[in-house]
Amino acid sequence: MSLAETLDMRPGEGANLVLRGATVLDPVAGVEGVHDVVVRDGEIAELATPGADLDGLEEIDAEGLHAFPAFFDPHVHLRTPGQEHKEDIETGSRSAAAGGYCGIVAMANTEPPVSTPADVEALREAAREGASIPTGFLATVTRGMEGEELTEMAAIRGAGALGFSDDGLPIRSARMLRRALQYQRLCGGTIALHEEDPELSGDGVMHEGPVSAALGLAGIPSVSESTMIARDAALARYEEARIHVQHLSAAESVEAVRAAKAAGVQISCEASPHHLCLSDEAVRSLDPRRHKMNPPLRSEADRQALIEGLREGTIDCVATDHAPHAAEEKEVPFEQAAMGVTGLETAFATLHTELVLPGTLDLALLLERMAGGAAPFGIERPSLAPGSEANIALCDLGAEWTVGEEGYESRSENSWCAGRKLTGRVLMTLAGGQVAYRLRSFSLGVAA
Amino acid sequence: MRHLLAIEDLERTEIEAVLDRAESFAEVGRRDIKKVPTLRGRTVVSLFYESSTRTSASFELAAKRLSADLVSLKAAGSSVDKGESLKDTCATLSAYDPAAIVIRHPYAGAAQLVAGWSEAAVVNAGDGKHEHPSQALLDLFTLRRRLDSLDGAKIWIVGDVLHSRVARSNLIAFKAMGAEVTVCGPPALIPRGIEQLGCTVELSLDRLGKADVVYALRLQQERMRESFVPSLREYATHFQIDSRRLGPRQLLMHPGPVNRGVELSGEVIDSPQSLMTEQVASGLVVRMAILYELLAAGPERPSSTEGEPAQDPTPIGQPA
Repeated sequence: MSLAETLDMRPGEGANLVLRGATVLDPVAGVEGVHDVVVRDGEIAELATPGADLDGLEEIDAEGLHAFPAFFDPHVHLRTPGQEHKEDIETGSRSAAAGGYCGIVAMANTEPPVSTPADVEALREAAREGASIPTGFLATVTRGMEGEELTEMAAIRGAGALGFSDDGLPIRSARMLRRALQYQRLCGGTIALHEEDPELSGDGVMHEGPVSAALGLAGIPSVSESTMIARDAALARYEEARIHVQHLSAAESVEAVRAAKAAGVQISCEASPHHLCLSDEAVRSLDPRRHKMNPPLRSEADRQALIEGLREGTIDCVATDHAPHAAEEKEVPFEQAAMGVTGLETAFATLHTELVLPGTLDLALLLERMAGGAAPFGIERPSLAPGSEANIALCDLGAEWTVGEEGYESRSENSWCAGRKLTGRVLMTLAGGQVAYRLRSFSLGVAA
Repeated sequence: MRHLLAIEDLERTEIEAVLDRAESFAEVGRRDIKKVPTLRGRTVVSLFYESSTRTSASFELAAKRLSADLVSLKAAGSSVDKGESLKDTCATLSAYDPAAIVIRHPYAGAAQLVAGWSEAAVVNAGDGKHEHPSQALLDLFTLRRRLDSLDGAKIWIVGDVLHSRVARSNLIAFKAMGAEVTVCGPPALIPRGIEQLGCTVELSLDRLGKADVVYALRLQQERMRESFVPSLREYATHFQIDSRRLGPRQLLMHPGPVNRGVELSGEVIDSPQSLMTEQVASGLVVRMAILYELLAAGPERPSSTEGEPAQDPTPIGQPA
């Protein structure tokens, strides 16, 4: 099933265009080389020899540009319902499209949380009206994220939720998580977990270590995350259930997931661009707009462990944890500021700049991980093989730009990389067979 | 100096300039009329979001001794109490065109934010558990009068280092002046990784005899309820500075207010080795020196309306 059929988006015309002379790279489908990428009625019709005679298609000069399978983000916050001053489905999905994404999964920690079948139906309807790319929704594991009672998981699945998560909060009670994992056998749906022991995190606001010692900020120890991962991996193993660990931040967590995978647990996990690019040294700025989030930026050794985890496959995918916040929630002292940063528009460009260009990570591997978030939620990964739905990110890998200089598609401006100079930019995105995004300054060829 | 936000921002020469300036104000303090006209016509705002006795009193008196107009705001009873954000408060205060804002706030980085939102010189009078630079400067001033130099001096900071902005600023300040610093306390109250600030960590007072100066910190009652220490009695047994532990040649300091019988025994508080009264007296002249250095010294600052010589090391003016 294609993304447009599996997830919800605004209906529209299937794209009819040709990317002339694009450098095509899809490491999973095994496609590589310079082609005319022919898209008809929203489907990749063929990868033609450059210069082929084609009628009735919009011509796009893609010489020197790269066509990649578009990206999939299993962890975004669209803030709908209840916090539309931060983001909504329209702005959030546009932000994703601008980052080269063809699919996103929205978290359920809205106001109120998504805890009933009707909540899910309302969101899917809203996505069919306003989402510029295929969008999926999770519901909460526990009613109102209160950790006390399970939601009606089977009915919620029936309404079309992709899975469940109390993201923003951990499931404190092992008993409660166990019940959810047992119920998963009946209703399916991946359970995505925000792993944190609130007893250990306390009132922490950043990673516990030399930097928190120097700043006098309460620390969140790495073991707050890794001990919960170990607990939940053991529960998943016992119940033969399927879990997805969100936003890994610490070396100990990578070890815990590695051990669980080796033991055969059905576990997948994600890491965010900000955890892969920054360490807690950045917090010395005391700038909460860019550097306050949960889990916190950790040590350089943790960052290196995440990169290694991504490389070897312990970490399945990149997920932005795109978390928009209004300016006034961030223009306060660090300890008082809201947790979270935006990242959809910059994910690929930051990782390309910080990891691929210096030679730390192969481009092909990055592409694999940028769409690796589809499989854990049972979604077919985007492909450039002929016959596939058109889900394409057209990128100029040499383009240099400064984040935020031309504003954001997102409603919020709390980008962790605001002001950074990046190399590599998404010029155009096809998602669910439609043209979802074109960079304003990207001039287009004239229709043949 | 444009602002005084953190000791971490200061070079040793800048620290010494403040201490030298404070010496000249100590001389003014011995006169019958203790006021100088340096800051006449300029406004100093004192903005305290946390209760404070000695810090607010000495900053306010320092501003008055320099003839500044003083606006003193406490969080309780002001618009802050009514939910106004720090940023909005700064915008409101800018209507008074303050030359300096002295701010105490319960959260780290608040003074730094105000410095970005205001034209005024900003003095951090304590931001959360982060820094308390004027305390560190007055402690250096006090010590310098007893010890000719801090180079090579062994200073122990004892107690609740985790929750103490004084510990952090003083550790950095003592190091900057050449001292060797040891922090000592129960394990849960020593921040993980603090040794990377260049200090030694000790978990008992066994080697306290090596210290030239013992700087004790306040232990707040709630630390016991949070299980950082099992009981005040157990804390006192292991970490109280008393006459048995404090040698006759060792100097004792404490930022105040003291929990008598917890971190310090009564007899050492009143002993000749205790510098606590001198610390309070130093607070006034050092805070005068801070305001002077920010507002009246230095070539890039506009000189005061009275035309004080900008580089004059002794700010001795006519009585106002």
